[in-house]
Amino acid sequence: MSDPELPILTTTVEKMVQWARRSSIWPVSFGLACCAIEMMSMSASRYDIARFGAEVFRGSPRQSDLMIVAGRLSRKMAPVLRRIYDQMPEPKWVISMGACASIGGVFDNYAIVQGVDQVVPVDVFVPGCPPRPESLIYGIVQLQKKIDQQRM
Amino acid sequence: MNTQALLDVIRLAVPGNVEPGQSTDQPTIFVAREALLPVSVALREHPNLHFEFLADITAVDWYPREPRFEVVYILASIDTAARKRLRMKVRVPGQDPHVPSIASVWPSAGWAEREVFDLFGIIFDGHQDLRRILMPEDWEGYPLRKDYPVQIRMAPKTQEPLQLSPEQFAANIRADRER
Repeated sequence: MSDPELPILTTTVEKMVQWARRSSIWPVSFGLACCAIEMMSMSASRYDIARFGAEVFRGSPRQSDLMIVAGRLSRKMAPVLRRIYDQMPEPKWVISMGACASIGGVFDNYAIVQGVDQVVPVDVFVPGCPPRPESLIYGIVQLQKKIDQQRM
Repeated sequence: MNTQALLDVIRLAVPGNVEPGQSTDQPTIFVAREALLPVSVALREHPNLHFEFLADITAVDWYPREPRFEVVYILASIDTAARKRLRMKVRVPGQDPHVPSIASVWPSAGWAEREVFDLFGIIFDGHQDLRRILMPEDWEGYPLRKDYPVQIRMAPKTQEPLQLSPEQFAANIRADRER
């Protein structure tokens, strides 16, 4: 049912909400280690995730949709990460960036959490040590596809 | 000033057990635990020594050898033309890991001693505030000891107890709203 004369598009509420959520993912400014350097590079002019609507890094978890866990998580930091995650409003997503955040990486020891999925639910794991900005952009695009399939 | 010259000055200044240690780079001495405080005072105050700067304190675990630990004090003398450096070591038995605190001589020893306590479990007698400094406060064990299970598997702690009581928290919120 489309009339080219009328300036109207029809869709479902669900599709529109999915489109809105996926097109403006605001990550929380949260870097733990060297992966954060690549994360900053991804948001800067050379790689520019503004192209995917995800460039607005917020200083407050209250305004964020996405947490990029960029770097190794120490056991002392784990409760802090969890508190920041709990402070983010729903809906929220988590990307585990790099080998350390995903499985502990080279730090197989008492001080480092062996995978942040023990602390927060992870949506996308990005491999690499550290992942290049392109890899993280790919991870964000994968997350957008995932958001597109989430039913209300 | 080589190790022997240093030892001669120290032995004249204080009675106590001071021995030379092997080293390829800088003078190294072993001090008996009981003599640590008087020797430290002499190292700092004696006009021919004048080691006024304590750069670092660290420790070595020689497990299973006894005496198990060596506490290493890295000293420097910075206001003389000689620019002397010194490595002072104290042997500590594993069954009785106590060393007198030297924070009364070099105040900068305070945090360094806390770090050695945190990671090696060596107790510095007379320290004002001997708490953990790097590891979480409720951590069990001393990670840099050679018999520590480094690749330990345990669930991470995800909650920290609130530092406030519920009444204090409510009072803070009220004060914020009435401001």
